Amino acid sequence: MRILLKNGRVIDPGRGVDETLDVLIEDGKISAVAVNIPKSAAESTYDLAGLIVAPGFIDIHVHLREPGREDKETIESGGRAAAAGGFTSVACMANTSPVNDNQSVTDFILAQAREKSPVNVFPIGALSKGLKGEQLSEIGDLVHRGAVAISDDGEPVASGFLMRKALEYARMFDIPVIAHEEEPSLANGGVMNEGFVSTLLGLRGMHAAAEEAMAYRDIRLAEVTGGRLHLAHISTAATVELVRTAKSRGVRVTAEATPHHFTLTDESVKGYDTNTKMKPPLRTAADRDAILEGLRDGTIDAVASDHAPHCQDEKDVEYDTAPFGIVGLETSVALGLEHLVATNLLPLKRFVELYSSGPARVLGLMKGTLAVGADADVTVFSVKKETTVDPARFRSRSRNTPFAGMKLRGAPLMTIVGGKVVHGAL
Amino acid sequence: MRLKSRHLLGIESLTPEEIVLILDTAESFAEISRREIKKVPTLRGRTVVNLFMEPSTRTRTSFELAEKRLSADSLNFSASSSSLVKGETLIDTARNIEAMAPDFIVMRHQMSGAPHFLARYCRSSIINAGDGSHEHPTQALLDAYTIRQKKKAIAGLKVAIIGDILHSRVVRSNIFLLRKLGAEVILAGPPTLMPLEVARLGVKVTHSMAEALDGADVIMMLRIQMERQGKGYFPSVREYYNLFGLTEERVALAKRDAIIMHPGPINRGVEIESKVADGAYSVILDQVTNGVAVRMAVLYLLAGETGDADSAEERPGH
Ligand SMILES: [Zn+2]
Repeated sequence: MRILLKNGRVIDPGRGVDETLDVLIEDGKISAVAVNIPKSAAESTYDLAGLIVAPGFIDIHVHLREPGREDKETIESGGRAAAAGGFTSVACMANTSPVNDNQSVTDFILAQAREKSPVNVFPIGALSKGLKGEQLSEIGDLVHRGAVAISDDGEPVASGFLMRKALEYARMFDIPVIAHEEEPSLANGGVMNEGFVSTLLGLRGMHAAAEEAMAYRDIRLAEVTGGRLHLAHISTAATVELVRTAKSRGVRVTAEATPHHFTLTDESVKGYDTNTKMKPPLRTAADRDAILEGLRDGTIDAVASDHAPHCQDEKDVEYDTAPFGIVGLETSVALGLEHLVATNLLPLKRFVELYSSGPARVLGLMKGTLAVGADADVTVFSVKKETTVDPARFRSRSRNTPFAGMKLRGAPLMTIVGGKVVHGAL
Repeated sequence: MRLKSRHLLGIESLTPEEIVLILDTAESFAEISRREIKKVPTLRGRTVVNLFMEPSTRTRTSFELAEKRLSADSLNFSASSSSLVKGETLIDTARNIEAMAPDFIVMRHQMSGAPHFLARYCRSSIINAGDGSHEHPTQALLDAYTIRQKKKAIAGLKVAIIGDILHSRVVRSNIFLLRKLGAEVILAGPPTLMPLEVARLGVKVTHSMAEALDGADVIMMLRIQMERQGKGYFPSVREYYNLFGLTEERVALAKRDAIIMHPGPINRGVEIESKVADGAYSVILDQVTNGVAVRMAVLYLLAGETGDADSAEERPGH
């Protein structure tokens, strides 16, 4: 099956391409990118005039809940949500039940994905057995079966010793250690950012310093060990600055930011909507602005959604009791287009980089490019089409989003994975 | 004039006019409590559910008394009672209570925002009787009532609030109310018990009792929870008392006619010296008495009655 994408604005940041071109897909690979490829070259042709054709978007931080909590999400439903949101690949965190700390779970995830997910799924293995923060998991085994990184995401690694050993050990396999930066005693059971709004609402706060202290520890450890460190969902101005200076010193550190951290602030918690409860918490306007600047100047390498599906009845409780996290796969791209592109904060090329080649580089995936011979993973989007976030139409099994009803400019329109159209709204 | 909302979730959303309306209405209700038969038919046929997910004998008793004096039918649900089975969610509890079609739910909860949550699911009027370390509006109203009773006006007064500001639910309500009515508020306590950026609420913050008490018209002491010592909030009760305990000596720093308040229950010898708690300037028991009148006024106004007692069909008396 050959597919021809005609007249789109092709943006391939890795190769510095940004012009109106045709893209030919053959046998699941990109077979040509050129001006005016004749229609006769393919069985099906899409005219994409006025739209952007980009390397398939990659979300390197999602929770798919399977195995264990298939009522919240499955590899299949999460995959559909990803495809609908414009993603061709996702990397899923290890905090399933059982935890992905051994090869049988990794095998299971990959088998389910092959069978049921419309998008590529890259499992992230647990850093420690059972995410307990005590003993390294069998990292070599996990990598051998297909894990692309290790992380105890959700269970911050309290022991500096273990984190150091993880960075040293992971070097053997050249995979990144992904860190959820939160010093547990400083976070102190907080449910939102500690600051004026938490004071006003009487909710227990977790201070930005809880993230920053741990981020500094791990950056130093990456520097000391030569390991690859990736900071998940950074949320504070000081963390952005830590990453910026570490990079300038040549430390092997990368970072991601989420759409909720670059669009919302802790002001959104007023009213006690539990869909504003996430980790790290929504921060202040100054922190949000620093994240935007980090996205602009290259300090932050990727946008990741931290897609965290939860059942409605788990969120329909008192703020203190509600679980942390929101869904993000189906809003991430549109939020980025609204807040990064429509606002003219970023050139389109940088936006595409943050969603494709950037995340691919973080995890060392052979993805994120439209080079001839590459896997035909393609995301087609519009910067003009206006949409309203409607959780009722989510493919995800969960609806926990603070963005319901929000109007956004720009939307993903077609997702192609391995040469197959897995989502099309054209 | 009426209250704009059918709920009383906090002081933050009230206008100064609404606060004054409640205080004025409470004055006409105070008289009822001085009668031989302390009861009026104002809320006859109306049902109030007292939903106390966290025990508070004082507040609950005060509400119950207010409800009885207004002839309402009241029902008590407490966390320890069998109806609140462990594991039942607040939303289930709310639905069950709602099925009994009460007119009011008076709610005390250990988590901030819980009454706001309930208000989204219930048709009844919700009265916040204290949520986590957020608000306790009727406490602030009865404090204001007591201050007005003793000082005639609230505007221009210097009010010192002393103690565990961080965990107090009373203090936010009091700050909102006192600032709305034009008082100057100064907070004192150890930095470990002071919430971040609290000064942005329009108050002064100090860690010196002398500074807080200097020229104060009102001294409002907060309760210290003993279990906080040894957990990093303060080293010992002894040291706390040395630094922040209200002694006779320290009272002398305030205005000569300063009044001393406490939301109760007091820890004698921890935040306040017995002599001071029982002394001539203490209005702690007046606060308890006034609490009933203030809660009657709140119920009355939320029931949709007008604040002008004279025009009410079943006026609370004159
Ligand atoms: Zn995380």
